[in-house]
Amino acid sequence: MANLNRKIGDVVLKVEGISLSFGGVKALQNISFDVREHEIRAIIGPNGAGKSSMLNCINGVYHPQEGEITYKGIKRHDVDTHEAAVNGIARTFQNLALFKGMSVLDNIMTGRNLKMKTGIFAQAFHLGPARAEEMKHREYVEKVIDFLEIQPYRKTPVGRLPYGLQKRVDLGRALAMEPTLLLLDEPMAGMNMEEKQDMCRFVMDVNDEFGTTIVLIEHDMGVVMDISDRVVVLDYGKKIGDGNPNEVRANPDVIKAYLGVSH
Amino acid sequence: MKKKGIYVVGALLLIGLFAPLFQKSTAPGFYLEVLLGGLMAGVLYSLVALGFVLIFKASGVFNFAQGAMVLFAALAMARLAEWLPKWIGIPAGWPATTLAFILATGIMILLAMVIERIVLRPLVNQEGVALLMATLGVTYFLDGFGQTIWGSDIYKIDLGISKDPLMAFEGVFQGGILLNREDILAAVIATALVAGLAVFFQKTATGRALRAVADDHQAAQSIGIPLNKIWVIVWAVAGFVALVAGMVWGAKLGVQFSLSQLALKALPVVILGGFTSIPGAIIGGLIIGVGEKMAEVFLGPVLIKAFDLAGGGIENWFAYMLALLFLMVRPEGLFGEKHIDRV
Amino acid sequence: MFYRENGQFKSSYKDDQQILGIFQDKIFIFGLIAFALFVVPLFATDYAYRAVLIPVLILVIATIGLNILVGYCGQISLGHAAFMAVGAYAAYNIVVRLPMLNFLLVLVLAGLVTAVVGMIFGLPSLQIKGLYLGVATLAAQFFVDWVFARVKWFTNYSPSGSVSPAVVEIFGWKVASPVDKYIFVLLIVIVFTLIAKNLVRGHIGRSWMAMRDMDVAAEVIGIRPVYAKLSAFAVSSFYAGVAGALWGFVHLGSWEPAAFSINQSLNMLFMIIIGGLGSILGCYIGAAFIVILPIFLNQVLPVVGGAVGLKIDTAFVSHLEFMIFGALIVFFLIKEPHGIARMWAIGKEKLRLWPFPH
Repeated sequence: MANLNRKIGDVVLKVEGISLSFGGVKALQNISFDVREHEIRAIIGPNGAGKSSMLNCINGVYHPQEGEITYKGIKRHDVDTHEAAVNGIARTFQNLALFKGMSVLDNIMTGRNLKMKTGIFAQAFHLGPARAEEMKHREYVEKVIDFLEIQPYRKTPVGRLPYGLQKRVDLGRALAMEPTLLLLDEPMAGMNMEEKQDMCRFVMDVNDEFGTTIVLIEHDMGVVMDISDRVVVLDYGKKIGDGNPNEVRANPDVIKAYLGVSH
Repeated sequence: MKKKGIYVVGALLLIGLFAPLFQKSTAPGFYLEVLLGGLMAGVLYSLVALGFVLIFKASGVFNFAQGAMVLFAALAMARLAEWLPKWIGIPAGWPATTLAFILATGIMILLAMVIERIVLRPLVNQEGVALLMATLGVTYFLDGFGQTIWGSDIYKIDLGISKDPLMAFEGVFQGGILLNREDILAAVIATALVAGLAVFFQKTATGRALRAVADDHQAAQSIGIPLNKIWVIVWAVAGFVALVAGMVWGAKLGVQFSLSQLALKALPVVILGGFTSIPGAIIGGLIIGVGEKMAEVFLGPVLIKAFDLAGGGIENWFAYMLALLFLMVRPEGLFGEKHIDRV
Repeated sequence: MFYRENGQFKSSYKDDQQILGIFQDKIFIFGLIAFALFVVPLFATDYAYRAVLIPVLILVIATIGLNILVGYCGQISLGHAAFMAVGAYAAYNIVVRLPMLNFLLVLVLAGLVTAVVGMIFGLPSLQIKGLYLGVATLAAQFFVDWVFARVKWFTNYSPSGSVSPAVVEIFGWKVASPVDKYIFVLLIVIVFTLIAKNLVRGHIGRSWMAMRDMDVAAEVIGIRPVYAKLSAFAVSSFYAGVAGALWGFVHLGSWEPAAFSINQSLNMLFMIIIGGLGSILGCYIGAAFIVILPIFLNQVLPVVGGAVGLKIDTAFVSHLEFMIFGALIVFFLIKEPHGIARMWAIGKEKLRLWPFPH
């Protein structure tokens, strides 16, 4: 069960009536749910249910045709990606959108870009303020690297790392943004048992130590049951379940969706 | 804003097209001459652009080397027509020219195979920019190679058309309108070529295969269409189109190095028409051809007066500025397909 | 490797950040600079300065600019020479109309003007990418060509259309002789290389590379595409402008718009492809290669031809140049898209292990 030491707070993210279609394909239909501060909320569902699309709507990569998203009290019909980042939403990607041309260290440092303010002139001549800023943020990034236990790889180009480590770098980059809301898109996909355990530990530590609210898409039911506080279930773009893990597991609609009874 | 933009641009173009008629100094006969001259130039541009579109349609590669191919093909034909009488005693004039044409076609097919094997196949997985640069490299190579083999002077292609201009509509307009016979031939040939290509694509099995590959490489492969062969065919057809274009241009202007620069002019044509559309290449070419001529002849003097310019030369950039405008309001061109970027 | 690199550990982030982290590298680079500054002038000929050293150094500045835009930020520019032209004519107009200004200030101002122009022509990059952007930059190239040829104000109403500025003079030092020009340009190149290295390892450089590698992810992290792309265009154009001013004032002495034609643009593109995209070292290698190759061919080919009984004329040499350029481009794109700089890096790694295979 999830760590009960944290105090789960009020609703920090609310998704209301989201509908998203691409041409004739309805990816999401009238989805509504909320996420409370400091909780770990899982989104599950069979493939093609619209889970990634939902995440994309939350941080502004997709723009739903209908519905509103309220984050930290600010209601938006169209989330602006940059605004989302500024307001503390970070995410990882299912297909690892890492910067292949850069090292691990540089990839995670890009996560600090929002917070780095020195102008081009100071950078050009590596003047005091630029240098100090680079050191300060380097320190934070090193903490993230320590946390994710990837110290030996910090100068390696990410393209050369095995898949599991690349996923950690993806997480590291998101963590470097010091997010209040972390969207994780299948962070454990393609991992073996050991890697999954490590990743679970990281996710829970992030939630525990930094109090970050986490919304995660995940296929592994064991993981979902173990670490999430509440679960949303999507199927064919519709919401078919919402509640704590045990409730959802017993929900007949959810069972049908996974066992593939015809709709 | 984007949707309305194209109408604004279209309106501007139409105004530009008809504005000179309202100037008192423009004789209607002269206006028609310029217009027709522009259309003819446009036809020639379209011929070159056709090659671009073919290759892009089937392989997603933008062939910067198309201009160099035009030059290479024209050089081959011109020189072979010169040399064949000496080599095998075939009489000069029609027989030599025809044989030269056939041989040049063969050479272009060979060239297509070589390019596909050496350049395209190894780069097949890289992104568009790399392939573009590669065709740039091919351009330079072909330029140098062509001039080494065939020579670097100016050569003639004799299509048996008299150079005397045709005077038409003498009754309607004072002095009649000056028409160039070679330009008329070019228009006829271009029409025949487009018609032939249309038939090829729609009615033959190979044409169907080409269209399948253009739509979706992987799907086409999965039903057994051999990608490599298709690309050779496409480049060979494009090579043939280049030969026709080179022949027509060369008959008009003489075969010289500057032909290779045509590629640069044809780029705006495909931007306007759409990278994947054959009708677009024609229409784009006509718009560019007319626009350029009109701008140079009628807009030029206005600008020169207004800004105290040292001469004209609007033609040098008009096509590109028009392309830039189109890129801002309708990047897929008039007939091209829209791109959707998915995450 | 030539010297042992290991055993030099860094104990602070500041140390880790250095451009030249290894002590021997530091010695090597400073030695190289000293060599260039003090030893080369002892035996270089005027011809060497005029034909090789000065053009290569100026082109290094220009190609660093192009590499920032293309190699680091992933945009396309087929009209870089046009920006050089803007810099050259800007500097000329400033010198003609404000002759009291120090030439170094003129260079900076010319660079700034070019940066602004570059940002304007870079605006399309916010909507289009790849080949389409290439077309937009070509539009810039042809339009700028025309503007400087036709708008008489820019050439100060020169009747011939070409401009010939006075000899550059800084703080009383007349930069007239080849050696003077060489030293002057060399000093500027050193400063500009340093600046480029700093920018590239700073957060602005990372934002450029992020845009190149995956622009959607970059946006999600909070990098503003507008800022990243336009800053790349601005810096790239600044470098081009300064290089253009130097090209006109120091290298050519007098010029007309044809000096900055599309051929020059394509040449610079070749330099960064062969030298190495996304590498400052690559700019040096590429510029040297493209400048030296024709000279080399011109000297060597007739001799080789004579030895095998072939008469080789200049036309053929120039055609062969084209063929070699073209073939090299294709070769590098297939075998090593990151150019000679990457080949050198790989070679160094192998040398480090030598004589062990792995």
